[in-house]
Amino acid sequence: MKELKLDAVTDNLPQVMSFVDEALEAADCPMKAQMQIDMAVEEIFVNVSSYAYAPGVGPVTVKIGIADDPRRAIIVFEDQGVPYDPLAKADPDVTLSAEERQVGGLGIFMVKKTMDDMSYVYENNSNILTLTKRL
Amino acid sequence: MNIGRERNGNELTLTVEGRLDTNTAPQLQAELEKEYNSTEKLILDFKDLAYISSAGLRVLLLAHKTMSQKGGLKVRNVGDIVGEVFSVTGFADVLDIQ
Repeated sequence: MKELKLDAVTDNLPQVMSFVDEALEAADCPMKAQMQIDMAVEEIFVNVSSYAYAPGVGPVTVKIGIADDPRRAIIVFEDQGVPYDPLAKADPDVTLSAEERQVGGLGIFMVKKTMDDMSYVYENNSNILTLTKRL
Repeated sequence: MNIGRERNGNELTLTVEGRLDTNTAPQLQAELEKEYNSTEKLILDFKDLAYISSAGLRVLLLAHKTMSQKGGLKVRNVGDIVGEVFSVTGFADVLDIQ
């Protein structure tokens, strides 16, 4: 797997996106899957940047690899911030009218809906979140 | 991201090109805030919008709420990728998409 370690701050988002896009383009990832993976990576990275070490700053490691049978992209995020399982959060009610809607919680929900698998473990003082998307 | 603008009296069309993400959404938000006072009808043209994240959706929801007290917000020319994000998040039912 390719690996990128950097500070979890939203200013570093473009660097994370180029790292991921480069790996996906090298794997001839279809455009639609790439956009969905981009969206998922952005949501997770921004989440880690906003909450993992707040109010301080700390590192996050992003890993990406391509596996076969079935062909899929695997993206892993590791941080040593406060333990947080994004999968434990209840889904927002997407049937509400605009007036009743909350803007929070939508990002993770979008990730759950567009990725084929999402798993979380807390190990060695690290949050480890793994996304899988079939190509 | 690039924003094209065309004003016709109190009707404003903004054409959003490129990526509406965490880093570019504040730019659209700032543009909208400048225009709300002088705008009764807002049209967002997404024919060249390649990508949207939840940061972009937040700006859209806020625009929808602001404009619903006036002549409304219409969204035009939504492509497949952005359209799927709208449908997964229920935004397809909230927004006036043409």
